[in-house]
Amino acid sequence: MWTLGPIGFAAPWLLLGLVLLPVLWLLLRAVPPAPIRRRFPGVALLLGLADDQTETDKTPWWLLALRMLAVAAAIVAFAGPVLNPQQRQPGTGPLLILIDGTWADARDWPRRIDRARALLAEAGREGRPVAVLRLTDRPEIPAFQAAGAWEGRLAALAPHPWLPFDLGPWASALPGGGFDSFWLSDGLDHPGRAALLSALEGRGRVRVFESPRPVLALRPAGFKDGAVQLTALRLPAADAVSVEVSARGLDPAGIERELARVPLAFDSGAAEATIALSLPPELRNRVARFELAGVRSAGAVTLADDSLKRRKVALIAGRAGREQLQLLSPTHYLRQALEPVADLIDGTLSDVLLANPDVIVLADVARLTQTEQDGLLDWLDGGGLLLRFAGPQLAASDISRMAEDPLMPVRLREGGRTVGGAMSWGEPKTLAPFAEGSPFHGLRVPPEVSVTAQVLAQPDPELGGRTIAALADGTPLVTRKAVGQGQVVLVHVTANAEWSSLPLSGLFVQMLERLAVSTRPAAPGAAELEGQVWVPEVVLDAFGVPSDAGERPGVQGELLAGGRPGPNLLPGLYAGADRRVALNAVAAETGFSAALWPARIAVEGLDTQEEQALKGAFLAGALALLVLDVLAALWVSGRLGNRIGAVRGALVVLAALTLAPDARAQDADRFAIEATSAVHLAYVETDDPQVNRVAEAGLRGLGLRLRERTSVEPGAPMALNLETDELTFFPFLYWPVTASQPLPSAEAYARLNDYLRTGGMILFDTRDADIAGGAGSTPEGRRLQALAAPLDIPPLEVIPPDHVLTRTFYLLQDFPGRHTSARIWVEAAPPDAEQAEGMPFRNLNDGVTPVVIGGNDWAAAWAVDERGMELLPVGRGYSGERQREIAWRFGINLVMHVLTGNYKSDQVHVPALLERLGQ
Amino acid sequence: MSDVLALRPRAEALGQALPPLLAQAEHLAATVILGEHGRRRAGMGDEFWQYRPAHGGDSARMIDWRRSARSDAHFVREREWQAAQTVVLWVDVSRSMSFSGDRLREPKADRARLVALALAVLLLRAGERVGLAGEGVPPRSGRGQALRLADALAGDGAADYGQPDTAGLVGHGRMVFVSDFLGDMDGIERAMARAAERDMRGALLQILDPSEEDFPFDGRTLFESMGGSLRHETLRAGDLRARYLDRLAARKDRLAALARASGWHWHCHHTGQGAQPALLWLYRALERTV
Repeated sequence: MWTLGPIGFAAPWLLLGLVLLPVLWLLLRAVPPAPIRRRFPGVALLLGLADDQTETDKTPWWLLALRMLAVAAAIVAFAGPVLNPQQRQPGTGPLLILIDGTWADARDWPRRIDRARALLAEAGREGRPVAVLRLTDRPEIPAFQAAGAWEGRLAALAPHPWLPFDLGPWASALPGGGFDSFWLSDGLDHPGRAALLSALEGRGRVRVFESPRPVLALRPAGFKDGAVQLTALRLPAADAVSVEVSARGLDPAGIERELARVPLAFDSGAAEATIALSLPPELRNRVARFELAGVRSAGAVTLADDSLKRRKVALIAGRAGREQLQLLSPTHYLRQALEPVADLIDGTLSDVLLANPDVIVLADVARLTQTEQDGLLDWLDGGGLLLRFAGPQLAASDISRMAEDPLMPVRLREGGRTVGGAMSWGEPKTLAPFAEGSPFHGLRVPPEVSVTAQVLAQPDPELGGRTIAALADGTPLVTRKAVGQGQVVLVHVTANAEWSSLPLSGLFVQMLERLAVSTRPAAPGAAELEGQVWVPEVVLDAFGVPSDAGERPGVQGELLAGGRPGPNLLPGLYAGADRRVALNAVAAETGFSAALWPARIAVEGLDTQEEQALKGAFLAGALALLVLDVLAALWVSGRLGNRIGAVRGALVVLAALTLAPDARAQDADRFAIEATSAVHLAYVETDDPQVNRVAEAGLRGLGLRLRERTSVEPGAPMALNLETDELTFFPFLYWPVTASQPLPSAEAYARLNDYLRTGGMILFDTRDADIAGGAGSTPEGRRLQALAAPLDIPPLEVIPPDHVLTRTFYLLQDFPGRHTSARIWVEAAPPDAEQAEGMPFRNLNDGVTPVVIGGNDWAAAWAVDERGMELLPVGRGYSGERQREIAWRFGINLVMHVLTGNYKSDQVHVPALLERLGQ
Repeated sequence: MSDVLALRPRAEALGQALPPLLAQAEHLAATVILGEHGRRRAGMGDEFWQYRPAHGGDSARMIDWRRSARSDAHFVREREWQAAQTVVLWVDVSRSMSFSGDRLREPKADRARLVALALAVLLLRAGERVGLAGEGVPPRSGRGQALRLADALAGDGAADYGQPDTAGLVGHGRMVFVSDFLGDMDGIERAMARAAERDMRGALLQILDPSEEDFPFDGRTLFESMGGSLRHETLRAGDLRARYLDRLAARKDRLAALARASGWHWHCHHTGQGAQPALLWLYRALERTV
């Protein structure tokens, strides 16, 4: 193929034709436009007049240029121009295609697959065997097969949400013999890549493809200075660019939506960008994940776990309001310990209960009012944690003395005790190691923690079970009791350093954390993870789409502690005994380095320009030029003026062609105008044209009778396509059910439900005489069940004898169509409907039934032809005609019911109204 | 036999075409009468001349009953221009008259026939004798003459440009030429000279198509006369326009001068206008020459 810049020609010798253009120029120039013959009596006056300018017998130059251009375009077109022709290099031997298959590939995965497919097709044409490897799989020996065998498997290939651990084993798994390689790289450097590359180079030529688009990733969200810290990475670090991070989570209604969105700007040349996202605690606790908006990759999604959730803790001190030193404040140490890790709420107890905190801390609060106590108990039932600290007030009060207070885990002995003080014998007590089963189990007890005073628990049978921390002499230090869903924990010392040095120690913070008072630190230590089985709740795929983990097996804590996603450890949210840990595709300390390829290897961008044949475009251009030439020639020869009308017509046709899409909108408008110009009875189009015809004829007949006998004057019946037509214009739909009717789409069902909710009525007609008694065993009945299942239909009952349908216009007792089954179904009356005194009807005056279901084939009984003659026979003889008449009456009653609602039902009040009028 | 067979369709075609033409002409004439006088129908003339005793041959309609009621005799009220005049019409029906510059416009010949016939109807009603130049229809009065005139006017000529026929000229009469006057001027001059010799006064009504007046042509064009006898090719018709218009103006000037010289009247009428102004002008022109 001969190329000229970006354009190649399939048949370049045809371009020699361009040489002929000057000849054409001369030829065309010599031939003036043909004259018009005109009959004109005035010619007698023209005789002898000579033309002024003799050169005008030649074609004007611009017209010539136009023609030359058209001819040149045609010549070029037939020379077969191709934009961006691909130089095919014939390859020999097997071809190995390597795909990294990581989350970094996910962003432009379809393009990578397309590229691989193009390679397969090329190899298939050349008869080369191919093997496709995904490097995130376990190393295996590539199996070379015919290219066609890979086509289907390639389409099913998906990237993995992890990075390969080591590419070294792949190098050793490569078979001997020569083959070319084609590496679709994700642009990241993976361990062992160099080894694999050199091994591949040993086998044959290596080509590498990389996407020019940067790899974007989001590190796990941290929490610092009261704001969520988000860090994004990119590779390569190029120009300044701005991306957006969106925080997604459930809204109060339980629907996942975007909760916040913040722009994140990369400086020019910076590989990282950080932003602090300050969210209200309510909102922050809802965040399930952060993601880079518009980037489909697991690396761009980071799941939020418990470490981001901040607990709301209410601190309430008994001696509030008294002036004292800050260090003596009962809540000072609690505040210090909790401030960085929790949201603190201050206020009175009744106020903070409204905020529904996770934890309420009562520091030396003895007495509570009955209201406060009830409120606390309710809150505890809902899962609250009440943490109480002892103190002088509690020790002095008689709370929980004789009987256990509902808000105290144990009964207390009077007065408490003091050890190791100036006025007492004995040393201050130290803490005993935490027993197995205690939430504090595993915490190291520092020896310097000592207790000098405490309140003592009454020995009780349950005391042992409720003690979760004790002093070295066995007296309880922390006791706990479950109340409802929540629990009450009592620390038998003060929350300040008055009675013990516990609040001064690090153990205090750890204990608070274990009690789930404070928020967990960002990264759980390996020790914390080990020894547990963590069950995945949500897992991410390589595209960053979270999905329910389903029945996936749990993983060992040791594996999770490794912190590196792999085949056995998908990125996701893992639940342990008391907390949830997120494992993200990109860890907090992950850094990226770009894959650097040696200069000898050609790296091509993925977005190779596609080969594009330009022949059609050139031919179309030549044609357009010729059309222009026709117009111009007409204009030059003065014939265009007389044909302005024709030209205008052509323009109108052109405009109509280009504006054709508008026609549909006009159709919809026309439909709306037609439907609203009068009351129209409508039927739902089925797949059976015969049924449609009968339905239309039936509604025509019903409309005729309505026009004759009532003030309802319906227009011509209209056919409704549920998928496209608007329903709201019609008060009444007739829906004949055929056994093979396709189910409407979800949107159509949504509109149908709207229609039913807003007062529309549908008459379902199975046309099967209801021989199955509503059991749905006829094909139509079964279809009706399938059709109606997604519809918002209230409970139904067989029409009762006092239903308002029996008297909206005619007094009716049965509702025949072509069949005479008496069972038709309408919305059930409320169960508490009562029969009014002295009236034959029950007191039912609410609502029009949204559906009427039956199988009497009413349309067939109503049907008339264009001349108003009955279309189908009903019954036999006079009784058949009577049946048809009753069918019409039923139709009239039905339309009246739709249009006037429960008006006739109100007649039940007529005696009362008459009586009132009489007074 | 074949003559009879061929005659009948032609006669029918004629019968179909003529009464409308005549009706149209009468309609046109009626508008002129009403427009001119607007009086009761009894007074056909506008200028009273005299009452004369009625004699045999006067229709009852013509008797002036008001005057007659004052005496025992019957009187006829006469207009001033009651003296019978002879008016000879020459309507050019040559090929060039069948030209129309637009599909929606009638050919010039149609307009010429219509105006001439309407004039004839008017004159006949006023009691004049009207005939066609040439041997075909000698001047006669009476309503039947209108039919004969219509019949005679129906035919088309074969010549490219019409030349007046001066065969049936009557001395001291009136003469009306209706044509486009685009052909050779010699014939017309000759005809006018002969008419002047016989002391005939008259009017020249030139009927032109608007496109003959505008020359809206451009580009390479081969102009042919309607019969094809004359042709002229040009490469740029637009360039000829000014010179054509000059020549046309010269032709009109010449006609006007000719008419002035012999005490005639000349008027140029376009088929783009309505027929009534032309008829009015003709009527007035004849009145003036009386």
